[in-house]
Amino acid sequence: MAEVLVYVDHVDGAVRKPTLELLTLARRIGEPVAVALGSGAEATAPALAEHGAVKVLTHDAAEYADYLVVPKVDALQAAYEVVSAGGSLAAVLVPSSAEGKEIAARLAVRIGSGIITDATDLEAGDEGPVATQSAFAASFTTKSRVAKGTPVITVKPNSAAVEAAPAAGAVEALAVSFSEKATGTKVTARTPRESTGRPELTEAAIVVSGGRGVNGAENFSIIEALADSLGAAVGASRAAVDAGWYPHTNQVGQTGKSVSPQLYIASGISGAIQHRAGMQTSKTIVAINKDAEAPIFDLVDYGVVGDLFEVVPQLTEEIKTRKG
Amino acid sequence: MSLRIVVTVKYVPDATGDRHFADDLTVDRDDVDGLLSELDEYAVEQALQIADDADDAEITVLTVGPEDAKDALRKALSMGADKAIHVEDDDLHGTDAIGTSLVLAKAIEKAGYDLVISGMASTDGTAGIVPALLAERLGVPQVTLLSEVSVEDGVVKGRRDGDSASEQLEASLPAVVSVTDQSGEARYPSFKGIMAAKKKPVESWDLEDLEIEADEVGLEGAWTKVDSATERPARTAGTIVKDEGEGGKQLAEFLAGQKFI
Ligand SMILES: Cc1cc2nc3c(=O)[nH]c(=O)nc-3n(C[C@H](O)[C@H](O)[C@H](O)COP(=O)(O)OP(=O)(O)OC[C@H]3O[C@@H](n4cnc5c(N)ncnc54)[C@H](O)[C@@H]3O)c2cc1C
Ligand SMILES: Cc1cc2nc3c(=O)[nH]c(=O)nc-3n(C[C@H](O)[C@H](O)[C@H](O)COP(=O)(O)OP(=O)(O)OC[C@H]3O[C@@H](n4cnc5c(N)ncnc54)[C@H](O)[C@@H]3O)c2cc1C
Repeated sequence: MAEVLVYVDHVDGAVRKPTLELLTLARRIGEPVAVALGSGAEATAPALAEHGAVKVLTHDAAEYADYLVVPKVDALQAAYEVVSAGGSLAAVLVPSSAEGKEIAARLAVRIGSGIITDATDLEAGDEGPVATQSAFAASFTTKSRVAKGTPVITVKPNSAAVEAAPAAGAVEALAVSFSEKATGTKVTARTPRESTGRPELTEAAIVVSGGRGVNGAENFSIIEALADSLGAAVGASRAAVDAGWYPHTNQVGQTGKSVSPQLYIASGISGAIQHRAGMQTSKTIVAINKDAEAPIFDLVDYGVVGDLFEVVPQLTEEIKTRKG
Repeated sequence: MSLRIVVTVKYVPDATGDRHFADDLTVDRDDVDGLLSELDEYAVEQALQIADDADDAEITVLTVGPEDAKDALRKALSMGADKAIHVEDDDLHGTDAIGTSLVLAKAIEKAGYDLVISGMASTDGTAGIVPALLAERLGVPQVTLLSEVSVEDGVVKGRRDGDSASEQLEASLPAVVSVTDQSGEARYPSFKGIMAAKKKPVESWDLEDLEIEADEVGLEGAWTKVDSATERPARTAGTIVKDEGEGGKQLAEFLAGQKFI
């Protein structure tokens, strides 16, 4: 059976959910071989094995943290060479984070392959894997494939339900020699983001977002309280972010995060095309807006025309009561 | 020594228009007005600020696109860029990201550069990979997705705000930079700028000028193939209620019905 190289996104050995989704998708087209780099790489093996990785190639070096992107490209290329030399390699899959896309793109040039970014689904096809993408703020769905080389495909979070499928997951050390270019861009300082204790925005099953209608940083506590009652992540429109009410890392939309949760609740958000680009693929969409003409209502499964300062706290209370 | 800055700018269909695909599954450019990708305005802005801080700098804006893509160049020139290069060739129709980066890289090398500045993503393809592809092809450092950027003594520095951390980056020139929409509001062209832009030089290059074979680009030469594009079915009209004091409770009822509570 053909192998599929899966790039592992992890934090000190803790595998992030989008990677487990990738393993699930990878099994549709072949046998997943995972590549885990950096501090804690070997610790990823049990989780990867549980989700179908037949092999886990690992390598750690200071370069991964000290320099931008290129060391990881060098390593993924090394893995590509090892695996493709051993037989048939069906595809290289990488999570669609900002960094993941850059790693995948550079690898594609090096190995002479095409690249598909932001796939939302993946199937086996007669001429190689077929990827689903959503285009033009999710108003179109396309099916594409790579026509030259080994398909390099980046996949968005929440594109598949994680399925366990125990496999050997044998750890093997990957030999990597860094290219001359690996140390070109130095990371001179790093400030880790403080954890809020809430789920990661792109991975969350429920996202509760606030916009300009929230009218002030202090009022975001209303949005947070609703999010916490549902175990949800908090999002914001660019208007709210630009006003300094909420961090940019929580922005949903074209230039923020694109989310695809089971449930998206928008409060005080009008539904501009750039915001829609980041949330339109949510399974169920709910909006609270005092303007009955707001374009967001065109998207909703359920909408409440009303003042968010009345509706949201009442909703939060009701949820708490129902959850006991 | 003059600092040579090349800004890559893309001509895209207006996102507020009715964007769709043509019969050959490329972007239909006839039915929707095109414009300079809004995210590339941030790249032009940062180029202008870097040039202001340098003793001597020259900004060239570069696009790969059809005839009308000149509009994007004009807009960038009217913001204050010095000159423009338009890579235009019928054989470019349908080029994908790998192909686009090949053409851009050849054009950048031919133009001569110390610094390439790109937007974080186009507003149509939105892949956000062209800057990394350019760095790979040009063999220079990538300093991408910056919300803050400066150049001093041949070194580019910037801040990259990632998911898990905010990083300070540094690289020697030549380098490829991309900037986000957090890097600072782009200026509006002044009337003077618009008038001046009409006199600024726009060079036109084709594939032959760049020594690229037609079969390396275009729909036929593309590394990727789109098999189908279907319009997302319009959402079936949802339930909309007016809050008359019970809106929150009604919504909770809906969420419970959908098993979210
Ligand atoms: C290149 C580019 C990229 C962009 N990227 C993004 C992006 O990634 N994400 C993004 O969100 N935007 C993005 N934008 C901005 C986008 O165009 C809109 O300006 C933005 O989404 C508007 O945010 P908003 O809906 O919160 O504000 P508004 O459009 O001002 O809407 C506020 C809404 O709140 C309602 N409201 C007010 N008070 C109340 C109340 N008390 N109760 C209930 N409702 C109330 C109003 O009726 C209104 O509908 C981008 C724009 C550009 C040009
Ligand atoms: C909906 C859609 C999906 C697509 N998916 C894919 C895909 O999966 N794989 C693929 O290979 N191609 C894809 N393409 C084609 C791809 O978008 C174009 O080839 C494009 O020119 C490069 O990618 P991008 O627009 O996504 O650029 P990005 O990588 O998002 O653009 C980043 C920056 O690169 C510069 N830039 C990009 N294009 C040009 C240009 N023509 N001239 C000057 N500067 C430019 C700009 O500075 C821009 O801000 C897709 C196109 C569309 C419309």
